[in-house]
Amino acid sequence: MTIEERELEIPSIVRSAVEKHGATYEALVPILSEVNRVLGYIPGNALSEIKRQVHIPENSTFVSESQLFSLASFYHMLSTEPLGRHVVRFCESAPCHVMGGREVFEAVKDELQLRSGETSPDNKWSLITTSCLGVCGVGPVLLVDEDVYGNVRPEQVPDILAKYE
Amino acid sequence: MAYFRSHVLVCVDPVCLSRGAHELIDALQDELVAQDLINEIQVLETSRIGGCADGPEMMVYPEGVHYVGLTTDDVPYLVSEHFLKGRIVERFRVKVKPAVDEELGPAQAKEVRVVLRNCGEIDPENIEDYIAEDGYMALGKVLGEMSPEQVIEEVLASGLRGRGGAGFPAGKKWQLARNVQDFPKYLICNADEGDPGAFMNRRVLEGDPHSVIEGMIIAAYAIGASQGYIYCRAEYPLAVKTLKIAIQQARNYGLLGNDILGSEFSFDLEVRMGAGAFVCGEETALIASIEGKRGEPRTRPPFPAVKGLWGKPTNNNNVETYANVPQIIINGAEWFASMGTEKSKGTKTFAIAGDVKNTGLVEVPLGITLREIIYDVGGGIKDNKAFKAAQIGGPMGGCLPEKYLDLSVDYESLTSVGAMMGSGGLIVMDEDTCMVDIARYFMDFTQDESCGKCTPCRIGTRRLLEILERICEGKGQDGDIERLEHLCEVVGQNSLCGLGQGAPNPVISTLKHFRDEYEAHIKEKRCPAKVCRSLISYEIIDEVCTGCTVCARNCPVDAITGERRHPHFIDPDLCIRCGICLQVCNFNAISVS
Repeated sequence: MTIEERELEIPSIVRSAVEKHGATYEALVPILSEVNRVLGYIPGNALSEIKRQVHIPENSTFVSESQLFSLASFYHMLSTEPLGRHVVRFCESAPCHVMGGREVFEAVKDELQLRSGETSPDNKWSLITTSCLGVCGVGPVLLVDEDVYGNVRPEQVPDILAKYE
Repeated sequence: MAYFRSHVLVCVDPVCLSRGAHELIDALQDELVAQDLINEIQVLETSRIGGCADGPEMMVYPEGVHYVGLTTDDVPYLVSEHFLKGRIVERFRVKVKPAVDEELGPAQAKEVRVVLRNCGEIDPENIEDYIAEDGYMALGKVLGEMSPEQVIEEVLASGLRGRGGAGFPAGKKWQLARNVQDFPKYLICNADEGDPGAFMNRRVLEGDPHSVIEGMIIAAYAIGASQGYIYCRAEYPLAVKTLKIAIQQARNYGLLGNDILGSEFSFDLEVRMGAGAFVCGEETALIASIEGKRGEPRTRPPFPAVKGLWGKPTNNNNVETYANVPQIIINGAEWFASMGTEKSKGTKTFAIAGDVKNTGLVEVPLGITLREIIYDVGGGIKDNKAFKAAQIGGPMGGCLPEKYLDLSVDYESLTSVGAMMGSGGLIVMDEDTCMVDIARYFMDFTQDESCGKCTPCRIGTRRLLEILERICEGKGQDGDIERLEHLCEVVGQNSLCGLGQGAPNPVISTLKHFRDEYEAHIKEKRCPAKVCRSLISYEIIDEVCTGCTVCARNCPVDAITGERRHPHFIDPDLCIRCGICLQVCNFNAISVS
């Protein structure tokens, strides 16, 4: 599905998220997370759609788009920009760093020809650094989409990334 | 009632039956009669024990020995060996494949496992497994025999302190929340374990979720809370899944919901997922996040015990604190207080990471020394290198040099030398680590995670990072050390929450214990540990180089030239100092200076 096609789905995606978590202020972060999970990011249209569906003054639930944007931009797991088909998250925390993370990160940047925070022009890859993933026993750690790779050595990086289409 | 010294449970699932389970039982009975053991040993039928693939299967208690693949012909030998002579017959015993667990191995000599006791031992998705290990016994005792005040008394007497970092006495916190007459009250479990290097809470949630749930129900009863939340970070999807299963099972068993275990006490739990914000580990930020706001902290007082979630009294403890509670109730406050030091009781889990032989989780009694944790439990430094520093307490903790190896690990001792207990991250660093680089690293983390609400933290951490980056790049200036010291003081004293107040600690502690390294960077433009790239250069030692070309082929910027079987050369102008040549060289022909 292209980004344009996916955007047509936004009202129904938001509706199912609101039905699941409830049309309340406290459900905003779960709703945003859900939209982010389905679409890969939170487009501006989704923010207006969430506002339309959750802002119910009769129930004393007041939501503005600016509030939603402030939430979406605050939490690291939420993205307001489209990401590539595969997202490489590199753990940049100290335990991984001490165990040779820097060399691995160089190898990843080299292989993808991306810097931290960038998405490749063909939309295949996004490279993001992340805080601790909590698997420090096997650092350095690399997360590609949902797959965790531990004890990574720089020379393994091309093989790991080659698995993804 | 007849007393049997041993029970034999034979699996009578269809698969085992088809493999002769009934014949085996008959043969066992006959042989026990023949040996005159039938009044001592009872044979029972049971449902599935293992996979039945090598059936028939049986378990012998009290030893808990699991036998498979027995035929009726084997019975006389088994009875004579096991039940007459007391010898386990190894050839029928199930071969346990040693599980490779890189995070949590078998307990080492100096470990005492209280919080981690069930992790890896029981099936976390089966409440029966937990109940078999005395699970929910403490809850039964609390609801049946104790008043809320007695529960608080017991926890106070145990000396249990918050395991999330600051170490506030748990019983005192509960007392504060109990004494406020404002309902409803809420209970929160902080499972937003964000400290780099700390993953003990994840393991407890994934491996023994019911211990946390039981601890929370007991705490809720003590303070009078009716609704609880477990705030778990989104980076831990498995923990969230396990928790949700566990909560549903507890509800089905009447351990959560209305009138728990037939008492008049009602309490329910919900899991809330974070969305990736380190600062949400701070309790007021966490509360804001549950309310659906940006996770920004606010000033205290009022403390959450008085005005917390939705303005109501709220008690907040972390995963490990709650997981200790059922054990304290079952074994008594004296048992818990018998471990640890005068002011720091019980055990603490640590996640050992970095340049140590056995990385992973350990649980030790408080008051143990750093040396014991690193050398006796952790197996010492990898590759026979020398110890340089231990970073303890996460990004708000400090780096301790060798002279503190014999320091007692307890709340007060750690704080007195500029580190802190934190949530239990322990990063061990060897001689190849640059302490300025480490300080820069932690500052990079905190400035990234600063929520931006208060100025000292938002701008101060940024400025600190800029100075540290400058020093690492070889552009350090005279007076930078003093500037760092001043700025650390300003940020530490004026920030709103623990994140900003603690952010300077890695800088302060490295400045205190490794000042000479800062000076070498600034004055001599030299990185003693050969880590900071701008201050090092790579060269090929002609006499050692065999001209194998592996370095030239791996160099990402083609800075290495040379003919096959002739010494190669690194062009210092092209070299980006990535260190790949050093890693790939098989002859140690690359030198760093």
